[in-house]
Amino acid sequence: MMACCETACPLWVDAAFSAVKIALAMGFGLQTAAFLTWVERKQSAVLQDRIGANRASIFGFKFLGLFHILSDAIKMMTKEDFAPPQGLKPWHTLAPIISMCAALMCLSALPFGASVELFGRSWNLTPIPLEYGVIYVLALLSVGVHGVVMAGWASGSNYALLGGLRGAAQMISYEVAMLAIVAGPLYLYGTLDLAQAAAWQARTWHGLPLWGIVLQPLAFILFLTAGAAETKRAPFDLPEGEAEIVGYFVEYSGMKFAMFLNTDFLESIVLAGMTTTLFLGGWHLPGQSHLGLSGPLLAALGVVVFVTKLMGVLWLLMQIRWTLPRFRFDQLLDLGWKNILPLALVNLLVTAWAVHLFS
Amino acid sequence: MNAKHTVAKVRRPEVRFQEQIYLIEVWKGLVITTRHLLVNLYRHLSVALGRGGPAGSVTTQYPDDPQVTAKRSRTRHRLLKREDGTPRCVACMLCETVCPAKCIYIQAEESPDVMVEKRAKTFKIDLGMCVFCGYCVEACPEDAIRMDTQFIAFPGMTRKDLIWDMPELMGDVKKDPKPVKAVDPLGPAAS
Repeated sequence: MMACCETACPLWVDAAFSAVKIALAMGFGLQTAAFLTWVERKQSAVLQDRIGANRASIFGFKFLGLFHILSDAIKMMTKEDFAPPQGLKPWHTLAPIISMCAALMCLSALPFGASVELFGRSWNLTPIPLEYGVIYVLALLSVGVHGVVMAGWASGSNYALLGGLRGAAQMISYEVAMLAIVAGPLYLYGTLDLAQAAAWQARTWHGLPLWGIVLQPLAFILFLTAGAAETKRAPFDLPEGEAEIVGYFVEYSGMKFAMFLNTDFLESIVLAGMTTTLFLGGWHLPGQSHLGLSGPLLAALGVVVFVTKLMGVLWLLMQIRWTLPRFRFDQLLDLGWKNILPLALVNLLVTAWAVHLFS
Repeated sequence: MNAKHTVAKVRRPEVRFQEQIYLIEVWKGLVITTRHLLVNLYRHLSVALGRGGPAGSVTTQYPDDPQVTAKRSRTRHRLLKREDGTPRCVACMLCETVCPAKCIYIQAEESPDVMVEKRAKTFKIDLGMCVFCGYCVEACPEDAIRMDTQFIAFPGMTRKDLIWDMPELMGDVKKDPKPVKAVDPLGPAAS
């Protein structure tokens, strides 16, 4: 587990610092998820030669339609909270909570920055520093399946149940692939700790930063693909499919529906964070040693760099979502089991071989 | 009948390997969408900063901005009058007969003018049913009905509001909101 401070310091400092870090990480996730609803609308609008949602205004002040986030929240909270009479009410309520909590808990394991020396002790900027952070995140992402299946089952509707089953089949298939994919880079880094995996990539080779995307390009592409499928984002949004497919949350309304919607965005953020950590060097900025920063400034730069990279991956995910048409379900499973999984295993074998050759 | 007829072979595009692995196609698609995104962002920014240039979107923000229609668009009907102010319509029923949407209802009566003989007692057009084909204008032997341009906004709260009678059609009772902006599809040189 996380080594506490070297010097003797009161326990409440650690507890308070940890609570603040977790609150900041979750707040960051929720804010970004709300912001992503706006980004999704505006980005799709601009790249399709449209304007996008811009009618919500306060005193005639529209500000690029950013108030739609606020109006959405008000609308979702004041809508009728409908539970189908033929369903199972407690589980119907529990399902979105499980989905969203699992996604939120993943966020706390992302390494937002390196450790910083301050006041005579080391402060770890990872909200929950874990030696097995990768396993933690992957396990919690798969807890999201419970929310999906539970929503389908507790709705008392056959369509919702089928949607839940589709979701379960898809997410479990891609979990297997995800594990096989991250095995390659993790074998290379020799750790399951996300912060150490990010720190490993700070090394350079003749000026070229040895990030995961350079050493493991195949794993990077596979990880993004499988991650988009695991988080149910388009072009793999078969479990819910917005307007076209009746999905597992067909019987949901109001804020519970919004929680499922937010879960997708939160999982996207987790995926972007994992991609940044495992493949884009985490908080490492090439050439940052020339800036002459140290201590808290360097740590702050690291956090900014990490968040910027995370936003970049989110932008790429959005762009893919508005570029590709949706896969058919058999194509989806074929892609997962027959293409991504074998390629990931080959990648793992080649990585293991290369590591033994060059180390 | 000729037994030896040839069948034209349609060449189906073959799925090649570089399309099958799909990644190159994804990349091509991303290039297209990203180009749209960047170009449109630049244009939005250019317009917002007052530097002009083409608009970043093709959207017409209708209630705020005027609707743009073609300069020769056929919109609401207008019944014309003689010089003495009586309607030109002689209730010959040609427009009602030719109307494909069957949205014209005419009741004829005897005209006090012996040279005219017949006139319309009521002349109603259901604009909710009209398809704006302009056949009534073509059919009219008296040049009594024409179509205005650029008047496309004639809303009503009920279906009955969309049935216009003679005073409205002749323009005696104003039902027109402000006319919309005209644009010549052939360019300014053609007008």
